Parts: sequence; structure tokens; C-alpha cells
Amino acid sequence: MSLTVTDLRVYYRTLRGDVKALDGVTFTVADGEIMGLAGESGSGKSTLGKSLIRLDGRMRHVGGTVELDGDELPIGDDARMDAFRFHRVSVIPQYSMSALNPTRKIGKMVAELMASRGVRLEPAELERRLDLVGLSREVLDRYPMELSGGMKQRVVMVISTLLNPSLLIADEVTSALDVSSQKAVAGTLLQLRDAGLVTSMIVVTHDISLVYQIADTIMVMYAGRLAEKAPAGVLVTEPRHPYTKMLISALPEVGVRYEEDSRLSGIPGSPPPLLDPPGGCRFRDRCPIAFDRCAEQPPFVEIGPGHSVACWKAGE
Amino acid sequence: MRRYFGRKLLIYGLTFFVAVTINWLIPRFMPGDPVQSLIARANIAQPEVVEAMRVRYEGLFGFDMPIWQQYFNFWGALLDGDLGVSIWLFPTPVADVITRAVPYTLGLLIPAILLSWVAGNRFGAFAARRKWLDNTALPIGYVLTATPYMWLAILLAWALGIIAGIFPVAGAYSYAMQPGWSWEFIGSLLQHWFLPFASLFLVAFGGWAIGMRNMIIYELEADYVNYLRALGAPGRLIRRYAFRNAILPQITGLALQLGVLVAGALVTEIVFSYPGLGNLILQAIQNQDFFLLQGTFLFIVMGVLIANFVIDIVYVLVDPRTRAGMGGAS
Amino acid sequence: MTADAPKAPEAPEPPEATATPETTPEPAATPGTPGAPDAAAVAASTPVREALHFALRNGKLIAGLIVVVVLLIAAVFGPMAFDHGPNEYVGPPAASPSGDYWMGTTMFGQDVFAQFLYGLRATFLVGVLGGGLAAIIGMVVGFVAGYRGGWVDEILNMLTNIVLVLPALVVLMIANAYLGVRSVGLQALFIGLTSWPWAARAIRAQTFSLRARDFVDLARLSGMRTPKIIFREIAPNMSSYLFMTFILLFGGAILVGASLDFIGLGPTEGVSLGLMLNNAARWSALQLGLWWWFIPPGAGITAIVGALYVMNVGLDEVFNPKLREM
Repeated sequence: MSLTVTDLRVYYRTLRGDVKALDGVTFTVADGEIMGLAGESGSGKSTLGKSLIRLDGRMRHVGGTVELDGDELPIGDDARMDAFRFHRVSVIPQYSMSALNPTRKIGKMVAELMASRGVRLEPAELERRLDLVGLSREVLDRYPMELSGGMKQRVVMVISTLLNPSLLIADEVTSALDVSSQKAVAGTLLQLRDAGLVTSMIVVTHDISLVYQIADTIMVMYAGRLAEKAPAGVLVTEPRHPYTKMLISALPEVGVRYEEDSRLSGIPGSPPPLLDPPGGCRFRDRCPIAFDRCAEQPPFVEIGPGHSVACWKAGE
Repeated sequence: MRRYFGRKLLIYGLTFFVAVTINWLIPRFMPGDPVQSLIARANIAQPEVVEAMRVRYEGLFGFDMPIWQQYFNFWGALLDGDLGVSIWLFPTPVADVITRAVPYTLGLLIPAILLSWVAGNRFGAFAARRKWLDNTALPIGYVLTATPYMWLAILLAWALGIIAGIFPVAGAYSYAMQPGWSWEFIGSLLQHWFLPFASLFLVAFGGWAIGMRNMIIYELEADYVNYLRALGAPGRLIRRYAFRNAILPQITGLALQLGVLVAGALVTEIVFSYPGLGNLILQAIQNQDFFLLQGTFLFIVMGVLIANFVIDIVYVLVDPRTRAGMGGAS
Repeated sequence: MTADAPKAPEAPEPPEATATPETTPEPAATPGTPGAPDAAAVAASTPVREALHFALRNGKLIAGLIVVVVLLIAAVFGPMAFDHGPNEYVGPPAASPSGDYWMGTTMFGQDVFAQFLYGLRATFLVGVLGGGLAAIIGMVVGFVAGYRGGWVDEILNMLTNIVLVLPALVVLMIANAYLGVRSVGLQALFIGLTSWPWAARAIRAQTFSLRARDFVDLARLSGMRTPKIIFREIAPNMSSYLFMTFILLFGGAILVGASLDFIGLGPTEGVSLGLMLNNAARWSALQLGLWWWFIPPGAGITAIVGALYVMNVGLDEVFNPKLREM
């Protein structure tokens, strides 16, 4: 079992109190699994992605545990977490285009980064990995500004996976790209896993149709909680949670992405405020099949092989 | 590369052109007969000086000629290196008066600028990452950079010169001495140099330290820093990168601050009666010596332009991106 | 003297937009954080209240504001307390501070405290007028260059660069030296005309980045005219930035004005803090030990300008969520 997350709670501190962005999340990611993590803005998917590698300034680890290959990750302790970062958990950030120090040649930056982590870098290995993502070794002698956006992103992919991490988090890596580049990037992610450079992967995205092409499983989040997790094919063809159903039916044809901001047009209403969320199922105000029992929070239970849903009516 | 410097040189050329034009234009805006009123205001008794002034002014302004002719004549004289004759030190040519004063001003300015820049940047970067130091150093830095140069100069002169009696407060060397290459004279020079230098240094230091501190704080929020942190890079590496990136705008800042620093040196010299360009300006204003004033003006503008160009060259040498970008373009 | 490009709170030439304060105070408007609910997602409906909340808790802003307001009140109402002008010879010469003359008297028996209060007035006036004019020119040039782009931008940029490299104080010296009669207003006018370039540059960069935003596109498509787009859509979106720019120009104008006064090119009538320093230096207050003559005016200038700068850092923290301490 590569990653085990148990009842994880991460809140944002704000003026008016804690925003419960991640409110009790339990799931596992198996060795070799690529898991797509989908949801609307504010569903908590990015918070989950960040929690596994580095909390940002306003996030607070309130409860729950994260275990990676049997070791507990000290996610609330920035300093102790450093030992795990890069070696065991790594990230391809959303801002890949600006993730490289603008005043260092890429080769030199990589060398300095590796030296600072006390790792010896085999030049041949680095070059092999550049080849893998389709970059010539000349990029090492270039400054970031001399590369195209796609090249920078691939450089970041190579750097992030240099130490063969157990878990790689790809955070909205395709959102800044055009459709053809998106497919190329998705393909590269797949290659990284298939070449054994990373064990498991969580691909955070708002684009189910894209992640469907590479993910083994897809997990859908809603308002800080899990809604459904299933093998990719099952989730897309036989969704059981009413939210997932709406999400899938609202999807345009595969490959066309909907805009982040245009809230799902097929689903009236908006997610509840996470500052002081109502009890029970958080989707019930927008849910067409809600009934009395939804005032009680439905558990996230397995209803089929690798298929878990948090809905009282999922079993019907 | 050629394009970049070509553009810069064009701007500096145009600026010089504008400066000369201002110099030519301003006396023409004076009400009445400028020659008469200039001579009247100069309030000079010696007839030969008055006559020299009148001839000079009339030749200079040449009011009977068409206006474009006047303008070209002005340029002609300038390109001949003829800045006129000083009224205050009649009949010394203005160019000579300026040449004598320049070493003193440069001797103050160059060390003050370079040292304050280096020390201020180091200190600012150092303070930015220590909360307690940041909280104490920041207000001090702001007070320093808000201090008028001449006031700090006056305070230093009063405290260390008049009260403590450690440093002399006027002149560039002891009046009892003959200028020469003796150790004693050099010692006297240094003694007189220290206070004006220190007041220039301190005000500028505060500005650089604050600028650097703010730049570093912004850099530490940059994406590349977040990425390094997510990869567990140690703070040492991150701070090194942040400093390196923050120093570049500080070089540009140096170019932008030149005018302010020069102005600071001028008023500081006035406080200490230091015989540099600032003192010349004061004398020129008090003696209504407009040739001297205009000559000094042109000289300072030229100096600032040259310094700007030097900084441009340094920037290209230091910022790898400009070099890479230009290499690709050419 | 910190005329062009107050080095202090704002880095003179930030590397693109990263080092400048956020154009938009609401983090909700910053694209690129999908899925991350933050303070703004909750408080987005009340960005003004949120800013006010941080403003009231920002020590730098409050401290700076208090100093400026106290001095401003002193400048506006203080002079009314005297039945004599600032330059009248009312007391014994060179008297040290006492109950009668709180800041002592000059070598000629003028009341230093009266001069100080009147001088504050002139100093504020130069700051507001000079800084205000520079802000207006900077905004016009910056908005037009940034919004129009193309050859208009090229020309305005060239103009900005030329005025930028000209050492402002030296130009002012030349201009003022030829004037027979000088007034505070004229001084402010000249200062305004020479100290706008860095502001124009900064505003141009900000405008440039706003120009491509959706709401500006929308306004353009709906047929709104350019000036209207600039003042209805662009300027309000960078109002905090513009205000901070004005504060820096304000402080800068005060310092330049004081230097001019000190060289002896101040207003020919009246009194200002810089003129007081000039007189003190000219009549050897230093050598005579009349410290009460030269300390108050310098301290006044430093207090105003320093408080403005500190206020600006506070404002930056209020408007820029990244700098807030939680």
C-alpha cells in the first residue's frame, strides 16, 4: 500500500475562523496507481495535493494521518517534512512555467539543488531522463527564459522525479496549456510511471475528460470531503454519487475542457460555505435525490471492487 | 547587444540635447532685457567685469540674430569647450573652475555610492530573514532614508565636530597647510573628508537596506522559491538565489538614484564648505554667476549620463538573461 | 532629495509585476489557484471591510498616519496661535528654549517655534502640490502609454526616460536661479514637472498587465471610449497602487523642496523648514551652538517623510495579502 490517508483535516485560518477545506478525508493509493483527483474550485482537491507535500502559510494540519510506504509523513511539521520531500514525495507544481530560478542555467540549478540535498547526480542519468521526455541535453546550458512553456514544464517534470519518489503530485499541470500540449503532458506523466521513475501519482485536475485518459482511478471531491472514488472507467461510465453523475453528464465531449470559473452549468446552486458548513451531506442542497437521511453525513463506503461512494442512495 | 546599447545611447544623447536646450532656453524666459537685469543683479563694481559680462551675454544671446542662429551659436561655443568666464572668480574660465572642484565631489560621491550600495544590500538581505532585526532595523532605515542629506550633515558636524571636536567641520584640508603629497596633508584631507562622506553614506545606506529588504521579501514569495521549498531545498540555497535575483533591480535602482545622490552630495558639500561642485553652485547662486551655474549644470548632467551608461554595461555583465537574450537575438 | 524613485518602500524598477504590490486587493481575483479556498472566498463580498480590518491592525500604517496627521494639524492650525509673523523680531536674540519661546529664538530674535509651524505649512503645501502634480502627470503618461501601446508608448517611454535620467534637483536649480521672485506654488510646479517619471513607468507596467484582462476587453467590446475605460475600469482596479505612488511622490517632493530651499533657491517670501535650515547654516548656528535653530526643521522634515514611507509599507501589507502576517 503506497499511500494511506486517514481522516485528514486541514483548515485555512482566516479572519472569521477556520475554513474547513479538507474535512476528514480517508483513502489509499496503491503502488503503481495513477489517481486523478477531480472537483470544482473550492472542493479541497488542491488543498489535499498541497497537504501531502507542503502546507502553505495559512494552512493548518488539524487532524488525521498520512502514511507513505509505512512511514508517517509529518505534514504539519515543515522542517521534519523536508527529509521526505523530493526523496519520497515530490510535486509538479501548477506554476511550472515560473518554477525555475530565472538567473541560473538549468544544469547549474539542478546540480546545486542536488548538492544541497546531499545527492550525487549522475550526468548520464539526467540526460537519459531528458531524452525520455523529449528534451535535448542542451537545455541544461540554457536559462529558463530561453525555453518554451512546454519545455519548462518538461524540465520541471524531470527535476521533480530525479530521486524516484514514491509519490508524485501533479497539480493542475495542464490548466495553462492548449489542448494538444495537454495531451502531450498527460502522456509524459504516464511515461514517468511506466518507466518506474515514480511509484504512484496523484493528478489534481478539474478536467475529468483529460485525466480519464491516463488515470487508473479517479477520486471526486466535493466541499472538502470525498464524494466518490472508482476505477477510471467505472467512474465515468457508472458513477454512483449524484454529484459525480452530474459532473460526468455536464462534461463536454472528451478533450474539450470547460472553464474553471463557469460553475457547472448543469448543477444549480453552489457549494456550501466551508467556514461553517452545515451538518450532514454537503451536497444535499443541490442534490435532486436528497431525502431526510441526508441530514446525517453518509459514510464513504466501498460498494464494489475499488469503488467507494459517500451517498445513502449509492447502494440502490 | 548593439541594439540595446544603441537605444540607451540614443536616450542619453537626447537627454544631453534636452539639457543643453534647457540651458539655452531658460534665460530667454526672463522678463525684460535679460542682459541688463543679469548685470544689475550681479551687482558688481569693477567696470571691466561689467563690460566683460555685457559683451559675453550679448554675444551669447545674440538677440539681433534669428532665433535658430542664436541656438546654433550656443551649441558652437559649447562644442568648442567654451563655457564662458566665471564672474565670481573673474577672469578664470568656468571650465577651469569646474575642473578644480570636480575631484572633491567625485572623491566624496564614488566611495559613498559604492560602499553604501554594497553595505546596504548586504545588511538589507541579512535583516530580511530575522524577525527581531527586521523590526528594529526597518524603522531606523526608514528614518535614515527620509532624512534630508543636509540635516544629517549638520547633525554630524554639530555632534562630532563642534561638541566632540573629533573632526573638522569646514573645508577639504586644514587652511594652515600647503597642498602637497605629504602624509600630513593626506591625513588632513581624510579628516576633512570623513564627515561629509559619512553623512552621504548613512542616508544612502538606509535606502539601499530597505530596498533590498523589500526585494528579498518579494523574492521569497516567488514561484521558484516555492518550488525549491517543495523539494525540500535548504534555506541557504533559497536565500542565495533570492539575493541573486533581488540584486538585479537594485542595480537598476542605482542608476535611478544617481540624480538624488548627486543632489545629496551637493547639499552636503555646502554644509561642510567642501570645495566641490555643490560649493560652486552655492557661490554661483550667491554671486549671480550664471555662466558658472550653467557650466556646472551641464557638467553634472554629463557625469550622470556617463555613470548611467557604466551601470548599463555592468547590468548586462551581471544579468545572465540580458546576455542570453541578446545572444539569441544577434 | 528622494525625488525621482523613492528608493524606500517601492523598488524602483521591479522585475515585471512580481515585486509590485498586487494590482487587485482581492486574492479571489488572482487566477491560478483553482480549488484553493482562502480568506477571500469567504470575505470576497466585503473586500473593503477586509482591507479596513487589516488597516486597523497594522501598526506601521497607524503609527505613520498618527505622525502625519498630528503634524498636519499643527501646520494648519498652529500658526493661528501667534499674533506675530514667523519672521518678525519678537524676542531676545539667540535665546534657548523657554516657556515664552518653546523652541528658542534665532540669532535675530525670531520665534523658532512660530517659524517651525509656518514652515510645516509650506512644506506640506510643496508636498501636496508637487507630489499631486507629479502623480497626475505620471498617471496620464502611464495610463496612456500602457493602454495605447504602439508608437504612443514608444514616444512617451522615450520622454519618460529622458526626464528620468536628468538629475532633477540640478534642473530645478537652473530654473529657479533665473527667477527673480520665487513662490511655494512655483516651486511645487517645477518639482511636479520633474519628479513624475518613475511613477509613470510603474503605472505603465500595471496598466499593461490590466489591459489584457477580461473586464477591460468587455468594456472595449461594449464600445466604451478609451478615457472612460481608463478611469472607469483600469484606474479603480489599481487605486491602492496609485494611492501609494502618490504618497511616495508626496514625500519625495518635500525632500526636493527642502534641498532647494537649503541651497538658497527657496521662496523669496515667507518661511519653510528648508529655509530655516538655510538660515541656520548661513548664520553659523552650528558654530554658535544654537542647536534649537537647526534641529526642529530637520526633525520636522524627517518625521513627515519617514512617517509617509512607513505608512506606505503598512498600506502595502494591507493591500497585498501575501505580505500579511496571520
